[in-house]
Amino acid sequence: MRDTLHIPLRPWPALMVVAALVLLPVAGLAIGQPFYVVFATRVLIYALIATSLNLLIGFGGMVSFGHAAFVGAGAYTVGMLMPAGIVSAWLLWPAALAAGALLALPIGALSLRTRGVTFIMITLAFAQMAYYLVLSLRVLGSDDGLTLSVRPSLGFVDLGRDVTFYYVALTLLLAVLAGMRAMLNAPIGRALQAIRDNETRMEAIGFPVYRLKLLVFVVAGAAAGLGGGLLASLNGLVGANLLNWTESGVLMIMVILGGSGRLLGGVAGAAVLLIAEEAIAERTIHWPLGIGGVLLAVVLFAPDGLAGLMRRRAGT
Amino acid sequence: MPLSLIAEQLLNGLQLGLMLFLLAAGLTLVFGIMDMINLAHGSLYMIGAYIAAAVIGASGSFLLGIAGAVAGTVVIGVGLEIALLRRLYRRTHLSQVLATFAVILIANEIVRMIWGSQPIMLNTPPALSGPLEIGGFRYPAYRLVVIAVGLLAALLLYWLVTRTRAGMWVRAGASDREMAEVMGVDTRRLFTFVFAIGAALSAVAGALLGPLLAVQVGMGENVLILAFVVISIGGIGSIRGALVGSLLVGLLDTIGRAFLPFLFRQMFPPVIAGEAGPAVASVLIYVLMAAVLYFRPTGLFPARG
Repeated sequence: MRDTLHIPLRPWPALMVVAALVLLPVAGLAIGQPFYVVFATRVLIYALIATSLNLLIGFGGMVSFGHAAFVGAGAYTVGMLMPAGIVSAWLLWPAALAAGALLALPIGALSLRTRGVTFIMITLAFAQMAYYLVLSLRVLGSDDGLTLSVRPSLGFVDLGRDVTFYYVALTLLLAVLAGMRAMLNAPIGRALQAIRDNETRMEAIGFPVYRLKLLVFVVAGAAAGLGGGLLASLNGLVGANLLNWTESGVLMIMVILGGSGRLLGGVAGAAVLLIAEEAIAERTIHWPLGIGGVLLAVVLFAPDGLAGLMRRRAGT
Repeated sequence: MPLSLIAEQLLNGLQLGLMLFLLAAGLTLVFGIMDMINLAHGSLYMIGAYIAAAVIGASGSFLLGIAGAVAGTVVIGVGLEIALLRRLYRRTHLSQVLATFAVILIANEIVRMIWGSQPIMLNTPPALSGPLEIGGFRYPAYRLVVIAVGLLAALLLYWLVTRTRAGMWVRAGASDREMAEVMGVDTRRLFTFVFAIGAALSAVAGALLGPLLAVQVGMGENVLILAFVVISIGGIGSIRGALVGSLLVGLLDTIGRAFLPFLFRQMFPPVIAGEAGPAVASVLIYVLMAAVLYFRPTGLFPARG
């Protein structure tokens, strides 16, 4: 895998992209398609979740097949706290983040004792345990899931309005990306990638490999929990399917599609997959064929994912 | 606790275990020899079930259905291997996940286009639809046949792998692919051969389980995860591991689901037992998997090293 010693920030391209994203809902309302604001918000949230998984897979070399469990932890936290009377997003979303982190701690502590394919399988096992437990407990809604009647409140803005939620989600995504870039550019980020490239050597020189991997695993779990909380807040619906292994699979697909090991890999993958799904689904009911074809094309012709394709064309 | 109930659940567990073995054996060989994560393995199982349903529907003969399913699925499987999967052997596991996930999407949609989204109900063959008496205890004849076929397949596979030249190549490839190549094994044909075996076994499982479970789009994914659990427990690349793993999983899951709620009701107040019982029963196999992987990361019978 390639090494990223420093992730540059090119101000003009970045500003243009951010500006485009900021103006997106305005454009959507102008052409009379307000539905797309909610859809775009979903894309932003999945971009956040996929980015957290990219941190694990692409930069940490930890291929976790159970990431959906942390998303579910955050979503169900919001789903349970809101009917209990807590409606402030200032409490709900940090709680979702904490839930993701708290679930990631024991799962990571046990799973990170293994490596390679074993790690993939054991994370899958833990996620399935979480899925079935959630499915069986009536207090968590078992088959039907939980429904929320209102959106959380932020105090100074009304999250009930879709456009407002969009901007809040955009802010959070940018914050997560900025944080991740800062982390990866710092010595800890280099150590992480060094572990990904040659764990034995890092252990041999005495680096606390296990502790760093666990730290990153918990951070990724926390971010995924936040994403789950946002999803629950956006949709007003929380179902056990959020934790299913196929959901974890879709998240992995997003990371691989977008380019694992690149800062924007998760964002690119989530955006392309969800938008392609929506676009193809409008044209034909046989949209899975289209998506399958797109994925195959990416695997065969863009081995570094889409973000890698862009880099190659830019000549870096 | 009536003895007949225990016996019935034991046999059900054995049946599930043997069917899982048919799937897991193919999966573990592909994973062990070609080092390829093949998520589309479940799709071959689904295709086998659908072809069997179609042939039985057209001809009325169950035997013809199984034969047709095997033939058709092997052709499709080998075609898939030559056209696409062959290019993935040298790629990273992540690329393989991506590509085979795409194959699942495409296969599911093609099946949906041909047969529709409604599940197809297959009937057990009329000659076998009644129960059989064994020492005063009755068990469906068809399920006994499924168990018998599963055992036969296991024996055939054992004979193939341990007593034939091709089987020797398979074991060599699972143990150390590069060494086998260097020693002159034609790995290209070996890989296609292994894939064909996997496809045939999956088709048999699909055709046999058709009357017991509904034949529907997406049936492959439910069973795929169980197959991965089995090969993780048994050890990647090991057929013996696949057999032990699948029997463990089949028995534990069936007996757990049947008796754990009852056990919990004896031990705990109904408020807890009502939910905790089924909840714990459904995660038993994953707990087993996590435990095995924690203490023996390479599984119970690793093929390599």
